[in-house]
Amino acid sequence: MATAIQCRDLRKTYDGKVEAVRGLNLEIQAGECFGLLGPNGAGKTTTIEILEGLLEPTSGQVSIFGRTWKTDAREMREWLGISLQETRLSEKLTVRETINLFASFYREPRASEDVLEELQLTEKADAWVGKLSGGQRQRLAVATALVCNPKILFLDEPTTGLDPQSRRQLWDIIRSFQRGGGTVLLTTHYMDEAERLCDRLAIVDHGQIIAEGSPAELIQRLGGHHFVEFAVTGNSDGAALDAWRALPSVDSVREDDGMISLSVKEPHLAIPALLEALGKQGSSLQHLTTRQASLEDVFVRLTGRHLRED
Amino acid sequence: MSIAQQPLVERKATQARPPKRNGRWSGYRHLLMARMLELKREPEVVFWVFVFPLLLAVGLGIAFRNKPGDASSIAIVTGPQSQRAQSLLQSSPQHSSFKIDVQSDQSARKGFRLGKYDLVIEPNATGGLQYLYDPARPESVLAKAEADNAIQRAAGRQDVVATSVVTSSEPGSRYIDFLIPGLLGMNLMNSGMWGIGFALVDMRQRKLLKRFVGTPMRRGDFLLALMSSRLVLMIIEIGLLLTLGVVVFHMKVLDSIFSILIVGAMGAMCFGGVGLLTASRAQKIESVSGLMNLVMMPMWIFSGVFFSYERFPSVIQPLIKALPLTALNDALRASILEGTPLIHQWSRLAILIAWGVVSFLLALRWFRWT
Ligand SMILES: Nc1ncnc2c1ncn2[C@@H]1O[C@H](COP(=O)(O)OP(=O)(O)O)[C@@H](O)[C@H]1O
Ligand SMILES: [Mg+2]
Repeated sequence: MATAIQCRDLRKTYDGKVEAVRGLNLEIQAGECFGLLGPNGAGKTTTIEILEGLLEPTSGQVSIFGRTWKTDAREMREWLGISLQETRLSEKLTVRETINLFASFYREPRASEDVLEELQLTEKADAWVGKLSGGQRQRLAVATALVCNPKILFLDEPTTGLDPQSRRQLWDIIRSFQRGGGTVLLTTHYMDEAERLCDRLAIVDHGQIIAEGSPAELIQRLGGHHFVEFAVTGNSDGAALDAWRALPSVDSVREDDGMISLSVKEPHLAIPALLEALGKQGSSLQHLTTRQASLEDVFVRLTGRHLRED
Repeated sequence: MSIAQQPLVERKATQARPPKRNGRWSGYRHLLMARMLELKREPEVVFWVFVFPLLLAVGLGIAFRNKPGDASSIAIVTGPQSQRAQSLLQSSPQHSSFKIDVQSDQSARKGFRLGKYDLVIEPNATGGLQYLYDPARPESVLAKAEADNAIQRAAGRQDVVATSVVTSSEPGSRYIDFLIPGLLGMNLMNSGMWGIGFALVDMRQRKLLKRFVGTPMRRGDFLLALMSSRLVLMIIEIGLLLTLGVVVFHMKVLDSIFSILIVGAMGAMCFGGVGLLTASRAQKIESVSGLMNLVMMPMWIFSGVFFSYERFPSVIQPLIKALPLTALNDALRASILEGTPLIHQWSRLAILIAWGVVSFLLALRWFRWT
């Protein structure tokens, strides 16, 4: 399999003080959907814009299908489709005019009508951009990227701020691009998006990759695949936490706002033991849920923080 | 199911329609078209670019229209002889050009100070008259000369040389004739600078420039399209203002419309270039506004839009003439009012081209796309 995107020891320091990216290595295969997952300010936009050739890195190398921005920029632009985090397209142009405009920059663009159909914008083709909903605008932004028939699609937070239905629509579009053989690099701070869409992802924090792999691998590496979360009457102290850790099949214990969270391999062993222990203590359950581990848990485990602190 | 596990196929879009092949200028054409569509759909543009200059021309044209000179306003100080002075003035052939008040010494002087009277006549006891006038005020000088003449004639003075007068206020030499080409030049500058400057900074703020740079778009084409979008507007601007001048103010246009449009095109492109340069790095509308005003201020003052720049000291005349708006105004006036062929205006046109080309090249070099 060919390497689509490769970067080595990428660094970017803004104004000589803000270290946005601190030594980042990536290798993305052709046909892959690769995600950069991280909280706001992690350096995702900076990284993707360097890869897109829109920002100069402070140091480090980038190559895309073996080409570099220094030598082949013009050629590379012909086969890269880009959607930036925050572009506001001209409000007084229609959807079709906007797509035609972007198509006109490429040597051999796709027919605009095809792109309109593929992105379900045909109905809105003659509406002004200013009159579109958030989801439609985002689809138009992706349409301007797809009109060049790209080999690689770069999407910076494609679904931020969209309603669930629009998000799913975009996911379908991205999947269908990938099915056609395209490579996708996207950034997101939604773990569910990364989990469902990406073949592989890198978790980025403070300008560095802190974990990399397929979503399943990353979750597996956590140890437990399930979480049992509960709250009890009365104060739980450090000694109590140790008691929970001693329960069968429990990997680790966290306490978050009075809610105790057990990382568990096999819930059917841990839960009965938990109930028994509570009975012995004489305290009663206030709340009990179990759920499968997610990327959010991976992030919390690695950084001690939540992905979205809002 | 992971999509990566599917066999990798060479990317082939499900194309119902064959791909286009774009030529060298397709990007330029589409950028220009998009710009024109946006302008057309922006009602403010229509007002500021087209309606406002017309209103300005009409307003100024009416305010400064050539009308018979105002009557001189004269105060005669009350006294034993005031009756005689008044009747002398009123019995003269020019009596209609005087507006006479008989006033106390104090209020006559006060009115004179405030500009209400152009001249104060104070009869003295011996039958003579004393004129109080201000040599620095043209209307005061005129009032004194006219009043004296009228009084002397009415009192029986005989002129020794026979004189006669012919009056002239032909189209071509009136203030409105001077004004319209000046307004045209100023409008080409204003709309070129604001139109391009605001559009650019706005696109930069919206990250649209960055998005464009992410495509193979030629950067020079983008800037050129912005500049040339001005040409189309220029034709409309010139057409409207000249039509107004001809229809409402009976202006005579001496050179062909074609030559005038050539001058206009050079002016529009020149200020398009200056506008690009001014907005080449600004990130905010506020900062570009400041810069624009800074660049245009000297030209509003010195380039002879409303009044001739000949009144400025001769040391700075060469500087004034090197300003693009001066060159444009002079060229427009020479073409419209005198019918001077373009070939004799090469130095003015060269100034416009030089400003345009140098600004465009510098803008291309310094331009900040992000
Ligand atoms: N143009 C810039 N100048 C200075 N600092 C910047 C600039 N762009 C981003 N940063 C800083 O770099 C860090 C990473 O930003 P960014 O790449 O946008 O993160 P993300 O996309 O993951 O939210 C942040 O701390 C941000 O404040
Ligand atoms: Mg970002």
